[in-house]
Amino acid sequence: MIRSIRKKRTVILAGCAILVFVGSFWFFTKLLMPKYMDEVIDGALIAEYYQEETEHDVIFIGDCEVYENISPITLWEEYGMTSYIRGSAQQLIWQSYYLLEEMLAIEKPKVVVFNVLSMQYNEPQKEAYNRMTLDGMKWSLSKWDSIQASMLPEESMVEYLFPLLRFHSRFSELNMEDIQYLFHKDKISHNGYYMRTGVKPVTTEPTKRRLPDYRFGEKAYEYLDRITTLCEENGVTLILMKAPSIYPVWHEEWDQQIVDYAEEHHLLYLNFLELFEETGIDLTTDTYDAGLHLNVFGAEKLASYLGKILSEIPGVADHREEEKLRQIWEEKIEFYYQKKEEQMAIGK
Amino acid sequence: MEELLEILQEMHPDVDFELCDTLIDDKILDSFDIVELVSEISNTFDVRIPAEAIVPENFNSAETIYALIESLENED
Amino acid sequence: MLFTSYCFIGFLIVLFLLYYKIPGKYQWGLLLIASYLFYAVAGAQFLIYIGVTTFSTWYAGLRIEKVKQQYTGYRKLHKAEMTKEEKKSHKQEEKKKQRIWLLLCLFFNFGILAVVKYTNFAISNINYFLNLAGRGPLNFLSLALPMGISFYTFQSMGYLIDVYRGTCEPERNLGKFALFVSFFPQLIQGPISRFADLSKTLWIPHAFDKKQVIFGIERILWGFFKKLVIADRIVAGVNTIIRDPDQYQGVYVLVGMLFYACELYADFTGGIDITIGVAQVLGIKIKENFELPYFSKSIKEYWRRWHITMGTWFTDYIFYPISVSMPMLRLSKCSRAKFGEAVGKRVPVYCATILVWFTTGIWHGASWNFIVWGLMNCLVIMVSQEMEPFYRWFHSKFSVKDRWLFRAFQVGRTILLMSALRMFDCYRDVPLTFRMFGNMLTGRNYSVLFQGGLMNIGLTAADYMVLSIGVVTMLVVSLVQRRGSVREALYAKSPAVQLGVVYLLLFSVLIFGAYGIGYDASQFIYNQF
Repeated sequence: MIRSIRKKRTVILAGCAILVFVGSFWFFTKLLMPKYMDEVIDGALIAEYYQEETEHDVIFIGDCEVYENISPITLWEEYGMTSYIRGSAQQLIWQSYYLLEEMLAIEKPKVVVFNVLSMQYNEPQKEAYNRMTLDGMKWSLSKWDSIQASMLPEESMVEYLFPLLRFHSRFSELNMEDIQYLFHKDKISHNGYYMRTGVKPVTTEPTKRRLPDYRFGEKAYEYLDRITTLCEENGVTLILMKAPSIYPVWHEEWDQQIVDYAEEHHLLYLNFLELFEETGIDLTTDTYDAGLHLNVFGAEKLASYLGKILSEIPGVADHREEEKLRQIWEEKIEFYYQKKEEQMAIGK
Repeated sequence: MEELLEILQEMHPDVDFELCDTLIDDKILDSFDIVELVSEISNTFDVRIPAEAIVPENFNSAETIYALIESLENED
Repeated sequence: MLFTSYCFIGFLIVLFLLYYKIPGKYQWGLLLIASYLFYAVAGAQFLIYIGVTTFSTWYAGLRIEKVKQQYTGYRKLHKAEMTKEEKKSHKQEEKKKQRIWLLLCLFFNFGILAVVKYTNFAISNINYFLNLAGRGPLNFLSLALPMGISFYTFQSMGYLIDVYRGTCEPERNLGKFALFVSFFPQLIQGPISRFADLSKTLWIPHAFDKKQVIFGIERILWGFFKKLVIADRIVAGVNTIIRDPDQYQGVYVLVGMLFYACELYADFTGGIDITIGVAQVLGIKIKENFELPYFSKSIKEYWRRWHITMGTWFTDYIFYPISVSMPMLRLSKCSRAKFGEAVGKRVPVYCATILVWFTTGIWHGASWNFIVWGLMNCLVIMVSQEMEPFYRWFHSKFSVKDRWLFRAFQVGRTILLMSALRMFDCYRDVPLTFRMFGNMLTGRNYSVLFQGGLMNIGLTAADYMVLSIGVVTMLVVSLVQRRGSVREALYAKSPAVQLGVVYLLLFSVLIFGAYGIGYDASQFIYNQF
């Protein structure tokens, strides 16, 4: 009897000990991880997807050339099209692939648009960008594989499993942002679109430096193939695009490879660098950073043009008459214009 | 025994070597003292204390040191 | 596999779970596999080195034993017919044969150590003279230093000498002996265990003992605290100062010197805490290597309390054998006759001391810095030995011996002296070290300390905050340790308090430790020795 009571006590004690440990660990992880709310808000984009309640007909994947250049709100307003942008800063092609894999397990889009700029990278580039893309993902096999494909030599899986081990040194830079957003995050994007309203016209054309080798890397091609196959298997139409950003340089030799690839796999490839007249994008008014990214006016124009093409694809429907979706999107629209007004007032 | 105590007393006048049995454990004799002691013993008693005999058990008291000397004398 | 790698933590957890799951008689076998695995991670090619040393030492030990059996057997058989003289010469013959095996094995293994560790040092010295003679330099060998070679070679050779002296029985089981040589917690940086100590605990079955495991874990955490929170954080400041001697002069040299003393202590004792803690979790007892060395009142005492197992190794296997050897005693007698009592007495001690410190120096690293460092230690010890009469006179005149303030003065003096000597670790070469030492004493730029000078050596305000708390914690724990075991005291408290302390320590390490991306994972300082 006494022995069983003692045993019970030990078990309870051990249980409490583990609970306190896990609780503290979780709390410190939450506290010390970057919040990406006041600064570098690009880092919060990937996680925001999970707040979506309804499915999307169109999914955009890629780097900043998708999440700063296309406005899903415009697509809804003009075509009743539901869309989401899953992109983050310098998102590498395999990261895009695994994000797509993850999303296709959750929802069934009709079209996937992939921006091809990241074909230029065959190796992981920067730890901070890895983190911004990967930490936002929920745990799944796709996330695991994506981390495996993305890690730089100095990184380790343990630090992704337990981000406290990576971010513990932030104890010295904790500020109000970390307290304010400890348990909840503000909505910062418009279905993955990161709005900027400033204007800074293009003044100089980029100078093209010759590269020793223009051929895209093997790993980049491997994942482009995997994206193509994944879309095929899921009955999703894949479209390739190159955003109208004139920086960084998009070489003709690169373009030709994409043209060839699209032809070989019967894919539509839209190079917006050659479609300025059609889209009406004016680089003296529609960019906020002299040609790297579009501002909201450019993003709306691009969405308006792109929507026309997308709406002709079978399965992509006009949902404006559906009550539930209409309500959800009306909220989004309201948030969009409110933000637009606020940002224009401060010229951001 | 008398001779040994004399040698020890000269090295550390402030220690009562007849009673103390923790010469090594309490760090009263350090390695320098031991070597000096071995050298003195070899002069006085004409025995050579080998290095492997230098262990705390043999050097903790005047008595054990003397026992060591005697056993070495008998061996020869 | 560094102690501060995720890999090592995972390795430990898996080993721990297996260790107490399998039957006790297989535990040592598991440890052997684990140790070789641990070693293989550092480089599979190094297994050859440790394997050769293990096998040769084991074999030589057995041969020495065999000689002994033959001769004692013969003597027993012919006890009656042998005269005393015959017995004596028979014994001498036995020793002689044993000595051949001993010397063969010593030369072979120390030869390996000498070749891999000191060849390039020798070449660089030869090149210096070739250069003077106007000849071209020799090429350096590209030999990688096997992990912990100094430690396991010394440990093995200590064993063989003990077998030769007859103070311990040789180990017949090659597997068990291999574990003695390669036991992973002490492989990288010691302590150098004695066979007589370790053989008592290494191979016997160990049942799960809650108290030992808790104590072990607490010790490991404390080691990580010292190493990650203090040593690996302060190292940034140390490196900034010592790598740019032109920029950081005067009072900066002093700061660098003190910071390095702090780093070395936290790093080395922290590493040993992890070693002893890991062994304790496995139920194995390893000898202590430190006894609060910075509380020593003299350099001699300091060296009895710092890296104890290395000190006693040098004392037992080099200092005594040389100082009490026949030639040395003869030399002593001779000089006594020629130069008088005072000189004759000192000859054996000082000769052996100089040799010990020369080897200690070169053991720490193949460079003149370490040799000079060793000899400087030797000099300080001899000077203080010669000052002994003065001290006696001083204490007979002034009764300050047991005053608190005088003791503090002695401790402070020891710390400053040791830290100053350690500058040889820091600066590139010997002349530069002497120059920087002079610079430290003459550069009167103390005002930079009050103008934010501490802020431009690569440490931030946050670093200083963590370091201050860490060092104070370390100091308080040390003071408590003087009265008794901290862990025993904690064990008497309620589970909640124990857990609270352990968690506090754990999360301090996790959050305030300088590890991971953004920190240079500096290896244990003692790793290469």
